[in-house]
Parts: sequence; structure tokens; C-alpha cells
Amino acid sequence: MVEKKVFRFVFKVSVVAVATLVSSCQGVALLDPKGPVGAVNRDLLMIAVGLGFLVVIPVIAMTVWFAVRYHESNKKATYKPHWEGSLRIEAVIWLVPIAIIVVLSYLTWVYTISQDPYKPVPSTEKVLHVQVISTDWNWVFLYPDQGVAQVNKLVLPVGVPVTFDMTSSAVMTSFFVPDLGSQMYIMAGMVSHLNLLASQPGQFTGKNMEYSGEGYNSMHFPVVAVSKDEFAKWVTQTKATPSALSWDLFQQVNKPQKDYPVTTWASFDPAIFTKVVGLFAVNHGDGTSKGLEPAKSTN
Amino acid sequence: MFGRLNWDQFQLKDPFLLAATIGMPIVLIAVVVLLAYFKKWGYLWREWFTTVDHKKIGIMYILVGLGMMVRGVAEVLMMRAQQSIAMGDAQGFLAPDKYAELFSVHGTIMIIFVAMPIMIGLMNIAIPLQIGARDVAYPALNSISLWLTISSALLVMASLVIGSFSTSGWTGIAPFFEKQFSPGTGVDYWTWALQISGVGTTLTGINFFVTILRLRAPGMKLMKMPMFTWTSLTTTVLIILSFPALTVALLLLSLDRYLGMHFFTNDLGGVVMLYNNIFWMWGHPEVYILVLPAFGIFSEVVATFSRKKLFGYESLVYATAVIAILSFTVWLHHFFTMGNDTSVNIAFGIATMIIAIPTGVKLFDWLFTMYRGRIQFSTPMYWTMGFMVLFGIGGMTGVLMAVPPIDYMVHNSVFLVAHFHNVIIPGVLFGYFAGMIYWFPKSLGIKIDETWGKVAFWCWTIGFPTAFFPLYALGLMGMPRRISHYDDPTWQPLLIVAGIGALIITAGLVLFAVQGWKTVKDRKKNADTTGDPWNGRTLEWSMASPPPVYNFAVIPHVEERDDFWEKKEKGTAYQRPEKYSDIHLPKNIPYGVYIGVASFLFGFAMIFYIWWLAILGVLGVIVTLILSGNNDDTEFVFPAEEVKRIEDAHYERLAAAGVLSGTSTTTLEHKHE
Repeated sequence: MVEKKVFRFVFKVSVVAVATLVSSCQGVALLDPKGPVGAVNRDLLMIAVGLGFLVVIPVIAMTVWFAVRYHESNKKATYKPHWEGSLRIEAVIWLVPIAIIVVLSYLTWVYTISQDPYKPVPSTEKVLHVQVISTDWNWVFLYPDQGVAQVNKLVLPVGVPVTFDMTSSAVMTSFFVPDLGSQMYIMAGMVSHLNLLASQPGQFTGKNMEYSGEGYNSMHFPVVAVSKDEFAKWVTQTKATPSALSWDLFQQVNKPQKDYPVTTWASFDPAIFTKVVGLFAVNHGDGTSKGLEPAKSTN
Repeated sequence: MFGRLNWDQFQLKDPFLLAATIGMPIVLIAVVVLLAYFKKWGYLWREWFTTVDHKKIGIMYILVGLGMMVRGVAEVLMMRAQQSIAMGDAQGFLAPDKYAELFSVHGTIMIIFVAMPIMIGLMNIAIPLQIGARDVAYPALNSISLWLTISSALLVMASLVIGSFSTSGWTGIAPFFEKQFSPGTGVDYWTWALQISGVGTTLTGINFFVTILRLRAPGMKLMKMPMFTWTSLTTTVLIILSFPALTVALLLLSLDRYLGMHFFTNDLGGVVMLYNNIFWMWGHPEVYILVLPAFGIFSEVVATFSRKKLFGYESLVYATAVIAILSFTVWLHHFFTMGNDTSVNIAFGIATMIIAIPTGVKLFDWLFTMYRGRIQFSTPMYWTMGFMVLFGIGGMTGVLMAVPPIDYMVHNSVFLVAHFHNVIIPGVLFGYFAGMIYWFPKSLGIKIDETWGKVAFWCWTIGFPTAFFPLYALGLMGMPRRISHYDDPTWQPLLIVAGIGALIITAGLVLFAVQGWKTVKDRKKNADTTGDPWNGRTLEWSMASPPPVYNFAVIPHVEERDDFWEKKEKGTAYQRPEKYSDIHLPKNIPYGVYIGVASFLFGFAMIFYIWWLAILGVLGVIVTLILSGNNDDTEFVFPAEEVKRIEDAHYERLAAAGVLSGTSTTTLEHKHE
């Protein structure tokens, strides 16, 4: 009877605990992703945690159990001071971790390929291109297909795969929208890529994850995911305004400064992105000069 | 004349730093004057500064490490306070660059000037005794290594008062650390402190590598070495192979900063990615350089206090070797998010996970050492069991981050911060605490105060999850590392909890000091008269505590693993030799201090562009080396009669303690209970 009560109590407590845990996941960006990239990464995280617990929990349990059982005050416990090995135990303690790592290695192999940040997210929709320039200490977003530009705010259509082509006009930064998925380093003179997709509307926060100096704290920006129609409307409205981001104006934005106010431009100089890459160009001595290829292509 | 050293470089504006600027010189002068007043300078110079005795050098290394730890923890408290406050409109009390300086100096100090000195200190204290040697292979070099470490630690301390330290993290951030973005003295403080201590560490690595391979007592085959000696041998190999990579990375950076070259710059062909690769070729093995000796300590402690042979000795040796080799094949996991080809990420991801296998095996080997033992819950055993419970979690989060898609999500977040503290605090620091307490009676001849030690342990073990588990959650919420201000109100409660955890840990550190103070205060009552307070297993417990200057009156002949314990079992321990002979011992030398002073002046001069002083510093080192090389008067004879007198006294104490009447271990056990 007592056992049953204890069992029921434990069951109730665990139900409450699991429920609390699950509900607390809402709002934990990485556990409650708003896009397929983050969702797969999250599932992988959960599987890996599960596999890890296969070793961690026995280790913790055995530490406590052996410490109590073989405490010197327990004279009834077996004492074998000369026992120093057992082939059977050795086999188990080598083979179990090996088996776990084999499984995890397989998952790593498969998912590192499928989650390659350079590969567009599979979708029937046409890919939207966004050029990202990280400056000291602001974010410039250029939409080459739409012709609009915006600083310190990113607007994305829901359900459309987005390819970010990214470069830096200053130090190394890392572009990350926790709600959507993977992050990627951004370096000057190079172009790195990242592919994401927002599967539901909402307002998220994008941020720089790599320390970049005095303005690092404030290098975060709102990411607004809206329906395709609303996105189209935003583009049309923006294009209706008489503003343009010229190279000269970009250089004003590009000056080291914090918290540049969110600004939208109806058009931008299409050469800005390549010019920024070219700022750090390597002169090849034969009159041609080009930016370094991204890490990916040099391999 | 004085390069870029001028009055503006002295920290007089910030109230915290002003206190340091005024306080540090006053304390220094007070110490100098007091020592002179009590006429202790001669004693310090003769007995400590110029010593080549590995046991004393070890103690000095540990004192340097513990001293620097005080500063490292003070920085933690400031950073945790800042992050607890600075949400939304509240800006906290630290400007972003001051905060950056704090996290940079915290990492540098904790890795290079706390963990490394304590580890090398423990190696100094224990290894020659464990292998039956009278000193290390190159005693003079040992003294030079110590003083290089001290001089570089002093450079870091100087940055508190004059100029400022780097803001680009303890690992350096390319290209942020280039002169274009970081023109001040900070990065140069960091590079020269690391370079000078790196030379010292490399020399130590070579010294102990040769010591362990060449100076073992007859009969001690490699597979009969104590586990701490084994893991230290592996660590010295890692030091010798990996430190050159650090030297090169920092040298190339210095060429950029001093001569305008372009190795890691954005423009003119510099490749920022190259820095990450070279740095982590040292940086990753460095983690294992720190943790392997700790694993050795856990092995010694768990066998001693379970009163049982170490389970799976061969497994542990091979696991150690596998970890050491693999540690060179995983550096790229520090930047999976740099746009690498998928196949590269997969290869390095899997290589990283494979390290979890031998590490897991080690944990189980220690568990099965406890299994069917008679576990004595002494303080070192507490630290070991605390490690076994907490370390697994840190190891697991490490494996998580080895999966590239998971790393894409948590890289550069506070999840990463939680992970490496979760392996370094329980893995490295708990191990060193266990080691310091375990060998304390041997080193100083005083049995430790267990009560305060256990309270300190509980503070650390409760404080650690309180301080770092919230960071795991915050990492999953997307909080970047290294920010000094944020706008997300949901982060604040967790950061406050983390701050409370840091306070509990600090209390643990204070109580650790209390333990030391109580121990030394009751030294008469707690004198270790037998030299074997723990019923030890290896050779270091076979002589008096503290060991006589010559360590072994007669070099022992080793037959088994755990040789001393086996001899106690058989009743053949403590046998007196027929006669004692003269012992040749290395003489004290002043060259270590000279080189330390010269390299400090060199480093300081380079940081402030005082070129004439830099040249003088280099000349000072060269001249000292020539003097030292021409010094043929390096040994003295310790006469046999003196050895006999010391040994007779030791045997009298042993007889008084009742150890000699029946030499079996049971007698000793009763004595303990």
C-alpha cells in the first residue's frame, strides 16, 4: 500500500515536472524554434542529450551508490584490496561508450550534411536573397531582388527560404537569429553564407555573437517575420518613399557608431556589397584584384 | 626615453583601479620594509628565491597560483554583479571596455596563472618523490621556469596599475586584436605575458619529460609508474608539442602589431582564420595539459582512500595516451561556424566525440576502484566524488557541442561558457584542490584540517551548479557570451541566481583559505610524524614529511605498482639500510631570479615601446645564461653522517608512532580510526 502511494506521488511529481519543463521551453528560443533549421537542430540536441544521459546518469548513480555501499563504516560490504581488473567489466566500459559515440557519429555525419548552413532550405518557394554587412556596430541589410535596403531591422516573409550573403566592413562578427537556427561568422574581405526559413510570423531578435568591441552589447536587431503578402506590401510601401542608399551615404552609416536608428531606403547602390568586400582586396600584381574567396570555396 | 609610458597610463580615474594603483605599491613597499625589519630577506633569498629544491619550487608555484586566483575570483564577482544589474535602462557600473578587460584578464589569469602554476607546482612536489628521484633532471632550469612564470604573472598584475589589459578575450580575437582596432597596451600585455610564461612552461615540460624518462628508481618500469606520473608524462609531451604553436601565433601577431605586417589583418592578404587555426592547435591540447594531471590526482586519491588497487591501470594508461593524441586532432571544433566545408566539420566533430570514449572509460575505472573498497571519506576523496558527479555533465555538453549543427546554435553563447567552466572547475580545479590537500602533509609535515576542508568542498559543490547551470538555460535562450548589458528581462533572474552561485563559490575559496590557516595554526598538534598520514601506496609516502632535502637516503628498488603499499603489506617497508653514503645535491643558484627580472623588464619595455630597456632585458637574459653556463660549481656533498642523523630521527618518530612494531597496514589503519 505504502509503495503504491509512493509510486503515485513520484508519478504525479514527474508529470508536473515534465509539464513545467515543457511549458518553460516556450520562450526558450532554441527549444521552441520558429523555423525548420532550428527545429532539426533542436531535435538533434534532444537526441544527443538522451544519448549522453546513458553514460552520465549511471556515473552519477554509481558514484553515490558505491560511496554509500563501500563507505569504510560498512564492514559487511565485500572488500577486495588486491582486485585490480576484470576483462568483462573492462569490455563493457569500453564498448558502451564506443556504441554511443558510433550512433552519435552517424547522426553527426547525416545531419551535418543536411544542416549545412550553405545549402538553401528545401522549399517549393523561390529563394530570397539578403545581403548582410556587419559594421562597427550596426547591421545593414540589402535586398538585391527587391531593391530595398534597411539598417538594424530585418524583415522576412514567412515560408520563404532565405539565403544570407554576409560580409563585414570591420572586425569578425557572428550572425545569429536564435529563433530561426544556425549562426555563421562574418569576416571582412570574404563572403560567408547562411540559409534560414521562418515558418511562422513573429518578432524575433537577431544578434552578433562574437565580441567586436565597444558597441558589441547593442549589436542586436529585430527580425520581423510577416506573411508573403505583407512582405510584398512592405516592399511596395518602402519603394514608394523617395530615399536611396548611395555609396556615400553608406559610408556615413558605416562609420563606427552605436545604435544607428532603424532606417529604410527605397533603393540602394547595387555595388555596395561587392565594394565592401573589395575594401580589403588582395592585389594580385597582375592588375586584377579581388576579395578573398569565402572559407568554403578555398577548400 | 620612456616610449608610450606617461602619466596618462596610470589608472587614476576609475575608483576601483585608483584603489589598486595606490594600494598595490603601498602594500609592496610595506612588505619589503617589513621583511627588511624582521631581517627575513636573507632567509628568503637563501632558502626560497635561489633554491633548486623541487619541493620548495613546487610550493612557490602553488602560492603564485593561489595568489592569482584571488584576483581571478574578484573579477568574477565584478562581472556577475554587472550582469545581474545591467538590464534595460540600468547600465551597471562597468563600461563595456572595462567589462571586456575583466573577462579577458579573468580567462588569462585562471588558465595561465592559476591552473598552470598549481599543476606544475604539484608535479614538482610529487613526481621526483613518486619515481624515487632526488631532484628533477635539470634543477637550475626548474628555478628559471619558476621565475619566468613569476615575472609574467607580475606583468599581468602591472596591467592593473599601468596601462590596461587586453579586451580581446584570453584567446585573442582576430582581427579585433590588431593595432587598427586595439591600439592600446592591452593586447601587448597579453602577448608578452603569454610568451614569457610560455617559455617557462615549455622548459618545465622538457624538464619533467626527461625527469620521468631518465630518473626513475631501478625497477620502476613505465607500466609500474604511479598514475599521476603517467598523466604528467603525457602532459609534458603535450606541452612540448603544442606550446610552439602558441609561440608562433603570438609572434605573428606581434609582427603585425610592431612591424606593420599582415598575418591576421583584414587587408593586404591577412587571413583572420589563420589565427584561429594556429591558436587552437595549442589551445585545445592546453585543455588536456590542465586536465590530465588532475585525472592522475583523482587516480591516486581514489585508490588511496578506497584502500584498494587502482582498477584497470592499463586501461587508464591507454585512455590517457588516446586522449593526448586525439587532443591534437580536434582544434577546428572551436570554429565550426566559420563556413568550413561540411566534410571538415564532420571529421573534426567525430574526432572530438571520440575523446569522450577514453574519458568515459576513466570515470568507470575510478568507479570500479571504489567498488569493493573500504572508502575513507577524507577531504581529497570528497573533491574526487564531487568531480565524478559534476564532470559528467560538462563532458556531455562538450559532446553536444561536438555535433556541428548543435554547435551552430550554442556557439559563442553562455552555454559554451557554462560548458568549459563545467569541465575546468570540477575537472581541473577540484583535482588540484584534491592534490593540494593530498600532498599537503607530505610537503609541509602537517596533517590537514578536515572539517573546514569539507565545508569548503560543499560551498564549491553547491555553488558550482548554482552559478553555471543557469548559464546553460540562458545559452538555450540565446544569450551571447561577453555582453555587459542586455535588454531581455527574462534573463535577469537567472543571472542573479548565477551571481549568488558565484558568491557561494567565493565563500568556498575563503573557507579553503581558512582550512589552510587552521591547519598551519594547529601544526604542533597535527604534525605528521610518520610521513604516511593517508596509508599511502606510492613511494612519496615512504619518507619523512616534509621530506629531507635529499628525498631518499637510499634510492629504493621498485618491484611492483603501488610499491610502498605492497611492501607495507609484506612487512618489508621501513627497512634500514646497512649504511648511508654521501649524497651529491645541486647548489642554489641566483640565475633564475636574474632571468625573471630581466624578462620582466623586457616584457614591460616591449609593451611601452621603451626600446633601450628591451635590449637591456634581452642582454640581461643572455649574460645570465652565459654566466650560468660557465658555472661549474653546481653541486655540494651532503655528508653520510648528516643523512644518518636525519634518518635516525625519522626512525625514532616512526617507532614512537608504533609503525615499526608491526609494519602491516592494519596497524596503520587502527591508528587512523
